[in-house]
Amino acid sequence: MPSKYAIHTKPVPDRFKALSKSGVIAWEEGCLKCAVCVKKQCVFKVYDKRGLDALQMIDSIDNECMNCYRCVQGCPKELIHKSINPEYKSMGNSYWTPDIIARLWWQAQTGKIPVSGAGYPGPFSGPGFDSIWTDMSEIVRPTRDGIHGREYISTSIDIGKFPRQLMFSDTGELINDLKLLDIPLPIILRLPSYGDISEKTIKGWAITASRLGILLALPVSKIKSDLDKYKASLIPVFSSKEKPVALGDEIRMVEVVWDKKGKANLEAVKELYPNALISIKLPLTRQADKDILKLIDAGYYIFHLEGTDMNMAADDQLVPSKNHLRSIHQSLVREGIRNEITLLASGGFAMAEHVAKGLICGADGVFIDFPILIALECRMCRRCEKGLSCPVDIRHASPKYVALRTINILGAWHNQLLEIMGAMGIKESRRLRGEAGRAMFFEELDPETFRSMNNLEEGLELE
Amino acid sequence: MSNSNTYKLPEIVPTRSRFRNPIGKYRLNRNNECISCGKCVEICPYGVHALKRGRVVTPNHYMCVGEACENPCYKACPTKALSMKRNPTFDTMGDFRWPAELLASTWHMAEFGKVPEKGLEYKLGASGGGFDKLRIVFPKKKSNEEIDESDIDVGIELNRREDNAHRVRIEVPFYGGGMSYGSVSISTMLSRMRAARALGTFCCTGEGGYPDEIKPYDDNVITQVATGLFGVREETIQRVKIVEFKYAQGAKPGLGGHLLGDKVTPGVARMREAVVGYPLFSPFPFHSVYSVEDHKKHVDWIKAINPKALVSVKVSTPTDVDMVAVGSYYAGAHIIHLDGSYGGTGAAPEIAKKNIAMPIEYAVPKVHKFLTDEGVRDKITVIASGGIRCPHDLVKVIAMGADGICTGTADMVALECVRCNKCESGRGCARGIATTDAELMKLIEVDWATQRVINMFLAWRKEIVRILKKLGMKSLKELVGRTDLLVHLDYIKNGKN
Repeated sequence: MPSKYAIHTKPVPDRFKALSKSGVIAWEEGCLKCAVCVKKQCVFKVYDKRGLDALQMIDSIDNECMNCYRCVQGCPKELIHKSINPEYKSMGNSYWTPDIIARLWWQAQTGKIPVSGAGYPGPFSGPGFDSIWTDMSEIVRPTRDGIHGREYISTSIDIGKFPRQLMFSDTGELINDLKLLDIPLPIILRLPSYGDISEKTIKGWAITASRLGILLALPVSKIKSDLDKYKASLIPVFSSKEKPVALGDEIRMVEVVWDKKGKANLEAVKELYPNALISIKLPLTRQADKDILKLIDAGYYIFHLEGTDMNMAADDQLVPSKNHLRSIHQSLVREGIRNEITLLASGGFAMAEHVAKGLICGADGVFIDFPILIALECRMCRRCEKGLSCPVDIRHASPKYVALRTINILGAWHNQLLEIMGAMGIKESRRLRGEAGRAMFFEELDPETFRSMNNLEEGLELE
Repeated sequence: MSNSNTYKLPEIVPTRSRFRNPIGKYRLNRNNECISCGKCVEICPYGVHALKRGRVVTPNHYMCVGEACENPCYKACPTKALSMKRNPTFDTMGDFRWPAELLASTWHMAEFGKVPEKGLEYKLGASGGGFDKLRIVFPKKKSNEEIDESDIDVGIELNRREDNAHRVRIEVPFYGGGMSYGSVSISTMLSRMRAARALGTFCCTGEGGYPDEIKPYDDNVITQVATGLFGVREETIQRVKIVEFKYAQGAKPGLGGHLLGDKVTPGVARMREAVVGYPLFSPFPFHSVYSVEDHKKHVDWIKAINPKALVSVKVSTPTDVDMVAVGSYYAGAHIIHLDGSYGGTGAAPEIAKKNIAMPIEYAVPKVHKFLTDEGVRDKITVIASGGIRCPHDLVKVIAMGADGICTGTADMVALECVRCNKCESGRGCARGIATTDAELMKLIEVDWATQRVINMFLAWRKEIVRILKKLGMKSLKELVGRTDLLVHLDYIKNGKN
């Protein structure tokens, strides 16, 4: 049995105080100076740990407060209140919500699975992947001794071309030209579409990829000599405009952006990298299966379907990328060639469960981008896009910090994948691909349950 | 167990917040212009202001109904000393499933034993789906016959198998869901047990043993047998009328239970026969159950140890929940308890709470239909739980096909839980509800807590009776499976009304 894959995490403190959801407002005026002040009684000793961060002009109390409201409810002069932090609320956008960002910060800081008390506080369902529930198995699961026990759940995937069958020569040697890359997580890192990213940041991510045995996709222009050590973990990405360059034999996989004119580039890259796997990046559209079928005929077998950062299809801002992903996967199944190729998906993979759900919808693996930037305390304020300074100065963060924080996020995600796969009774992430039967879809369940509850005659009272 | 003839509802006793400043939706600000004329004290219908030693004060901000007030003090004040605004603290509380208004209205019910009159939404949460998009439809009045509220029966029979087990009737259509000794304090546990006795119903121990303190309530206790078998003994099985098998929990379906080391105090360790300070894992699944036949063997064990016991089977909501339910019936269960994916927990991975298994709103109609098609629906009691927060949720889930429900989070909110989600951290709940910390536990007084839970459920009961009366029904049983009395806002035909 191969050794068990584990990601070792350790806490890496924030460089800046994180924005908190709400703040404490404690008035001094009118204070009775009670002998036993509610502030002294704080269970979490928040008021004792209080300090002003002069650089950020933040009262650290807001980060320490655990929202038990006991001081608010106990002060005899009602001098303590809480209020929403507008800065927190304005982070991100409708998809990358403040709560997602804050949970990612926490995972990057601790390397742990978020665990909390009380039931799920979020909405009934959400857009895209959040409209899928994963299944559980009431009486059986893959391992008898728990998901962290001796037997284990594998999260590794193969990228490459799969033969229909293995063929052997008369002397028993394998004839097939197997070109497969085995990575221990169904996750590939790539650069987010914006961010205060420097060479240090990229080096940090390259260290992460190399240490965890996964890959980092980088535009070829970003691959500088300081990354030489990590070449085996890099995927150089060639746009159709650039002239391809050779980066050496260590490169195991390359990506070519295909915009229907990129054909010439493909041939050139193939010549420069005879031994590397070639992934072709296409926009995630309803018609992408047609293009994929043509490219399969031309001898290609790895396809990266790119949705938007908001987890929507590339051709329709109103269609969640999961819809296209499912139909493309199914169409390739119908064509009978799905098992021979690799499908990778990207765009808006924001939480660990999105990875599992992306696989369920038909991807073999996914690219993640913003989560590895948010791991570095990014607030998605987009000031960097306007050329303004980054409030958390990401560009100057050391490669070591970048690597450790990113490893933490991936460690937390890996453990969450184990949880969700364990509940499903799935032992292999390879087997999760296209397993829609192990998931429940809002667009099926909701009408199935409620469509008949539609009868409303005029004048009837509702409550 | 009392029967309907002798059963008497407990009294409502107004039971104020344990804290000096209850949190409400509005705040009134009184400036220096106040001449203490007493006008506001006189006109406020809700007792917000008071006269104290010749001065006018505002001890009950939280009772203010804001713009909904028919006689606002801030308009009547002769010196314009009063102003009313939303309480910023209020807006920092709550979440999609339990918005601040639902928390505050539950606190109101726990204090006064009735639903809030105005100014607070007590019927709905803000989750944007399921219960929160369903509405009860009231048909036009068919007859003039007025139903007397005291004739309306909201009780349910739990044993429908007509076997040798106890005939158990609960007087209200709900009982307390399992919360273990360890995940909550003994005071919290005791108060739920005592409230269950007063209300003529049951409360489940959860998987944490059967503390001596709750022995006096044996007749109202459901003891749980879960995968860790913590605190399960022959003697505890023999003592009760209902035994619950917990296969899975809605908040973390397919995963085991996890009590963090900090919560394993000497008392908890003794009860669970474990070591102080070490985390306790309740594994998943039952390692001796890999089929319905194995499950039947378990049920048979219980029946051998306590032949009169009712057996309840608590499961989560996977896609084949209907098959699981029918399997439980054939294995001999009296009650199938479905715990939906948005149910409560003392600690669970957030990924599990959010993603694994389906919400209870989908599971109940599915199971109801399947059991009906199998011809066994009237032989088994269907109990729903997992995100049932208020009387309207209860009515909706019964109209979808459940017989009754289990509560958990609502009981905690009655004891002034603010849903800070920190039940599991460090010393546990800072408000003294879900903690085993000796000092924090003292924040809850059992009599106070018992009455709060009773008051809340009396408010629920009253609301259920009101709705049944409006529907022209004399018994809650008439409501089971009546999906024609519900509409889902996303599916209304023609968009009428």
